[in-house]
Amino acid sequence: MSTFKDFRNSVKPNWCPGCGDFSVQAAIQRAAANVGLEPENLAVVSGIGCSGRISGYINSYGLHGIHGRSLPIATGVKMANRDLTVIASGGDGDGYAIGMSHTIHAIRRNVNITYIVMDNQIYGLTKGQTSPRSATGFKTKSTPEGSIEQAISPMEMALTAGATFVAQSFSTDLKDLTALIEAGIKHEGFSLINVFSPCVTYNKVNTYDWFKENLTKLSDVEGYDSSNKELAMQTLMKHNGLVTGLIYQDTERKSYQELLTGYSESPLVHADLTLDQAHFDKLVNEFM
Amino acid sequence: MINQLSWKVGGQQGEGIESTGEIFAIALNRLGYYLYGYRHFSSRIKGGHTNNKIRVSTTQVRSISDDLDILVAFDQETIDLNYKELHEKGVIIADAKFNPIKPEDTKASMFAVPFTELATELGTSLMKNMVAVGATCAVLNLDINVFKEVVQEIFGRKGQQVVEKNMEAIKSGFDNMQEHLGSNAELMELEKADGKKRMFMIGNDAIALGALAGGCRFMAAYPITPASDIMEYLIKKLPPVGGAVIQTEDEIAAVTMTIGANYGGVRALTASSGPGLSLKMEAIGLSGITETPLVIVDTQRGGPSTGLPTKQEQSDLMAMIYGTHGEIPKIVMAPSTVQEAFYDTAEAFNLAEEYQCPVIVLSDLQLSLGKQTVEPLDYNKVEIRRGKLVTEELPEIENKGYFKRYEVTEDGVSPRTVPGMKNGIHHVTGVEHDEQGKPSESALNRNAQMDKRFRKIENIKFDTPVYKNAPHEEADLLIVGFNSTRGAIEEAMGRLEKDGLKVNHAHIRLIYPFPSDELLPLVNSAKKIVVVENNATGQLANMMKMNVGNIEKITKMLKYDGNPFLPHEIHSRCKELV
Repeated sequence: MSTFKDFRNSVKPNWCPGCGDFSVQAAIQRAAANVGLEPENLAVVSGIGCSGRISGYINSYGLHGIHGRSLPIATGVKMANRDLTVIASGGDGDGYAIGMSHTIHAIRRNVNITYIVMDNQIYGLTKGQTSPRSATGFKTKSTPEGSIEQAISPMEMALTAGATFVAQSFSTDLKDLTALIEAGIKHEGFSLINVFSPCVTYNKVNTYDWFKENLTKLSDVEGYDSSNKELAMQTLMKHNGLVTGLIYQDTERKSYQELLTGYSESPLVHADLTLDQAHFDKLVNEFM
Repeated sequence: MINQLSWKVGGQQGEGIESTGEIFAIALNRLGYYLYGYRHFSSRIKGGHTNNKIRVSTTQVRSISDDLDILVAFDQETIDLNYKELHEKGVIIADAKFNPIKPEDTKASMFAVPFTELATELGTSLMKNMVAVGATCAVLNLDINVFKEVVQEIFGRKGQQVVEKNMEAIKSGFDNMQEHLGSNAELMELEKADGKKRMFMIGNDAIALGALAGGCRFMAAYPITPASDIMEYLIKKLPPVGGAVIQTEDEIAAVTMTIGANYGGVRALTASSGPGLSLKMEAIGLSGITETPLVIVDTQRGGPSTGLPTKQEQSDLMAMIYGTHGEIPKIVMAPSTVQEAFYDTAEAFNLAEEYQCPVIVLSDLQLSLGKQTVEPLDYNKVEIRRGKLVTEELPEIENKGYFKRYEVTEDGVSPRTVPGMKNGIHHVTGVEHDEQGKPSESALNRNAQMDKRFRKIENIKFDTPVYKNAPHEEADLLIVGFNSTRGAIEEAMGRLEKDGLKVNHAHIRLIYPFPSDELLPLVNSAKKIVVVENNATGQLANMMKMNVGNIEKITKMLKYDGNPFLPHEIHSRCKELV
């Protein structure tokens, strides 16, 4: 059986020292080992940006695609091989700006993949511009007077889009984050995990200390029930989205692949590529 | 007796014009005639003039006819817009309901048959189409019983009574028209056909069937005219073989999902038209640099932007060859007949895996939507070749290294593993990378990887990159085209030969890499060259100038008004030129 060390490779991340993404990398490696995966049965698909590099820092199959498109690529990989564990990941710009449409549709589609967003409320790799997660008033190179746009609330958005697994974490809470990723992997459907992953270089507002001061753990909220969507929405609104833990899970709804008619129960990658002659003749006859 | 007939039915969109043509065509196809049907339609659901022009022949036909024998009109607009195509002995059969007026400047005859009235008497005006079919039969002296089988198939599920009513409607149209014609009328009786059963299909059907036969098991696509039929066919036919189709949120999701599935080891397809291809361009580059197989169908329509969405054009050529930023190896193929569309699409999946690059199957609206009789397709001719896909067990990789997915090889193609394979782990990235897929910006590595990628398509093996009908060693004229212009060029060539000219014809089937060596002998031995294409800038002609020179010999023959070339247009223009 593999341990988290087997999910490490020899590549040294090019993230800044102190970047929140290191913990996300470690949490994925630990979660993969904890659920009993072998490296070749995990595919990590990532977008573009600092966090998008993560697929190259885990010893597993990895695809570093194009900006904002990790979800449709991951969906294709999962459709090709339903036995693989597929993790899509990227930053808040990747998932909530250029790739927002895919995020919403992946949620509705409910394909059995896990999506981890490393949310640092800023564009880091391009050296400090506003992101759709930046708070109103947030000053960046592209918003010198402070952002006048409303920040996206990804967790509320996910709930309204029909998500079956919504969770949020903070990169320093390695244990909680690992547990949530494990739960996401095990969830039979699409799981969205938003991780506050501070950018130590460009975001001087949403710092580690800021999160520590402002985050509320759902385990500390009395009577919180992650199967209650209405409560989930109320709690998110009450805390301005700044909660961590499993926000909502629907274990009833079946995943996309289970609902598909005719779709192969064994991985499609092993499908026979030929048709028998009688089958072909039948197809031809339909045009006569 | 005649051996060819041209028939057109027209009216308002949403009135059943299409089904009238369909029933007429299917019945004649089953008698063994060769058919070619082309629909004129607009980008709206109801209203607006639409027509379906069907050519019936005892020999293979691949283009729209120049003139018209019979025009069936459900409104005056149909007459006004189309009567000029009728020859002197042509016939207009019009619904008496709208009091049809025959234009003064035509020698064709006109008969007003109460389509709607007769149908209403039989129960519902919906059957007016059947009445029109019956009236046509009277002019052709065609036994209406040939429609029995088709009517049964179409209306059988609605009950026997509906079937019988529809047959009665056909008979009432037949009888009424016969009365009009009287006993001395000159009828357009078709020579008997060979009675052989043949497929009757649109190019998009052949593309979809070719994909299925070629081992495609997954498709992701976004609806768009004129490509949606491909998705709609595979949505029905992939599940029985365990496959699936996802209708995506947009064109980018469609192409990237297809890339994901191909990376996952499944033969996957996406299909679209120009606007969709424009959106897919960045992802095509990803497929190129990551060497992930990818098959994309582009059914060209009138551009740019939304352009002429329901009209014929061939203006995506350069975009398909060069589209995506940066430089990647790519294969662009252009089938010129429905049969080729089947075999080429199946072959595209082999090429995509063998050369590990994007393969674009270029079609155009006329080829994709023109419905025609097709000679039998031979499944035994379809091969499955997977290139350097690793199938055997791999040795363990030491020191936390990766499998050399991008190994620099002599032919440029590297061994390929897919997720799930033990000891095949590697990284895939759109960033320039080394042999293991790790990002690398070194100049040495950059050159090695770029050269390796382009080496792949230096000696691409492609069966018949140029279709040639070249009877002359020295020709007065070489006509060149691609995709659906083939039929019209073939007919024009026949007429030019009759005029005493020596004409060769070359149809480019492999657009990129451009088959210069195949084409050069024909180019060099021709006095003049005409490149026929449905675009405004002469994209194929420009490709020829770039690749085979002979610039002074090349004349562009262009049409970009949304309509396909007719044989007589090519014939007369070529005659002027020589």
